[in-house]
Order: sequence, then C-alpha cells, then structure tokens
Amino acid sequence: MSDPARDALPAADTAGERLQAMLGRVPYARFLGIRAELAGDEMTAILPFAPHLIGNPSLPAIHGGVLGAFMELTALAQLTIAQGLGAQEVEHGAGERLARQPKPIDVTVEYLRSGRPVDTFARAQITRMGRRIANVRVEAWQSTRAAPIAALHGHFLLTLAD
Amino acid sequence: MVMTPKNLKVFSSAMNAGTPQAVALGIETLGFEDGGVAILTVPYREELVGDPDTGVIAGGVVTTLLDHACGQAVYAAHGQPIVIATLDLRIDYMRPAEPGKAIFCRAHCYKITRSVAFVRASAYDDTVDDPVATAQAAFMLNSSGGKPAHADAVAAAEGAA
Repeated sequence: MSDPARDALPAADTAGERLQAMLGRVPYARFLGIRAELAGDEMTAILPFAPHLIGNPSLPAIHGGVLGAFMELTALAQLTIAQGLGAQEVEHGAGERLARQPKPIDVTVEYLRSGRPVDTFARAQITRMGRRIANVRVEAWQSTRAAPIAALHGHFLLTLAD
Repeated sequence: MVMTPKNLKVFSSAMNAGTPQAVALGIETLGFEDGGVAILTVPYREELVGDPDTGVIAGGVVTTLLDHACGQAVYAAHGQPIVIATLDLRIDYMRPAEPGKAIFCRAHCYKITRSVAFVRASAYDDTVDDPVATAQAAFMLNSSGGKPAHADAVAAAEGAA
C-alpha cells in the first residue's frame, strides 16, 4: 500500500539540502558513517575509516561489501541531487523530481586495490538519466584519485513525481 | 590443514568473529554442503534500513552478505584456509526484502582453478528459489603474497578437529 504523502521525498530546494536530507534519513548511511561534500553539482562522498568497516583483519582491509555499499549509496545520493538540475549531461532530467528514492536494479563492482584502513572517497557520474532508468558509474579512491580502489556501474529504477 | 565440514564451520565462525564488519552486521554462518556451498544469514535491524519510507533493509547489507558468503563458499570448495580477494561482484536485485525478516544467502563455488574461483549466490528471506538478490562473483586465490592466512581461525579449527 502506497501513501503518496508518506512516500514523497522531503521537499528541499537546493541540491545540498536534498543531499543532506537523503543521507540523514537513511539509517544504513549513518551505520556506515557516510557524509558528502558538494561543489555545485559535483559531489564527493566520504566514508571515514572506522574499525567496524574492516573485512580482513590480517591485512587489514575494508570489507569488499562495504565498498560496494558505499559506491551504491554514492550513486543514490548523486541521483538525489541530479533531480531538478538543468545539467546538460542529464538527459530528460531537467526539472524532473523523484517521487521516491531510486531503487538499484543491478550493480557490478570491480575491485582494483585493497581498501586500506584510511578514509575512502567516491564520485558518481550519471551517464544517462531517463524517465524510468538511470545508468550510473562510480569510482572510489583513497590517497590518490588516479589510483581508484574500486569501481561500480549500475542501473537504478526511478519513480518521477507527477 | 585440510578442512572438513566440521572444522570448516569452526573456521568460518572464528573468521566471522574476527571480522569487525561481520560482527557489526551480525553475519552468521549456518553451515556448508558438499561441493563448495556455504549458507549464511544476517538479522534484520532498524539501523540497517536503506529506504526509511518502506523499512526495507539496505541493498548494501545484502551486497556485504553476498560477498561474504561467496568468500566462504570458496573456502568450502578449496578445502584450505587460503587468502582470497574479490575481483568482481555482480548483483541483481530482484525484489525488496520483507521488512523485519532476516536475510539468508546460499553461495556455490562451482568452479575453482589454481588462481581463480567462480561463485554464484542467492539471497532470500523466505525460500532460496524466491531470491531478493542474486550474485555472480570471481575471486583471486592466494592474494596475500605468502603471508600466513587467518591464523586465529585456523588455530580454532585445528583445536576442534
């Protein structure tokens, strides 16, 4: 049963407000400790290192699942801020509002280097945002942007507001 | 040490206990089947919700469970406590998990070579043939560069053997 008033994403005027609202209301984003910084429409998601993120204590390395989850949330956050923007790279996206949070359909995660016990960063690029489907690519890195530790590409199901 | 179903269970439980993210999520290994199959579970918790409108657990939790279960299926297929690294992980999200329910995962390492293992997995909240998500993963074997693997978990398994 869907209640439109309850399902609607919180009204927020700016991309920054939408981003903070989204990160603040997703319990799992708080569980991981994810935050984000915005420069215009360019967002950098940040996963501050915390001991509970470790998946291999002998290296030590951040859990591969956590890196996948972080990049998936980065993609969702980028979609949240992309709505309503007049960005040229967002096909059909201008002026459209999402009625609810996009849902991942599939993601492919490529692991490039082990995630060391330091802060991790990620940026997402929406390669296409249609009326129903968005294609998103994400890269995560630590000390060196040019040496990513993992990459994700995925499809997300959109529900646009009427 | 060659792992039998009995010490495989002890080994994997000790590994889970020594893996902070597995502890944080509450991931538990339920058991193994012949032919490289591992069965794991993660309980539902409010703080793991990904969509507060619906109460559905975050896709990322399912991602971590699938990755973790696929890794343990590799140990089951290989029979030695090797160090492995995920090369890639493809996940299809079939339907939202039912809020309030634990998620289970059955992972099958169906092919293993000298250096690479291939795994398929299904995550479900009711029956294995009605998946919440499915995964396909590839792992690199012996990725530690000769560093001894999982010393604590091996010691626990040897003690139980």
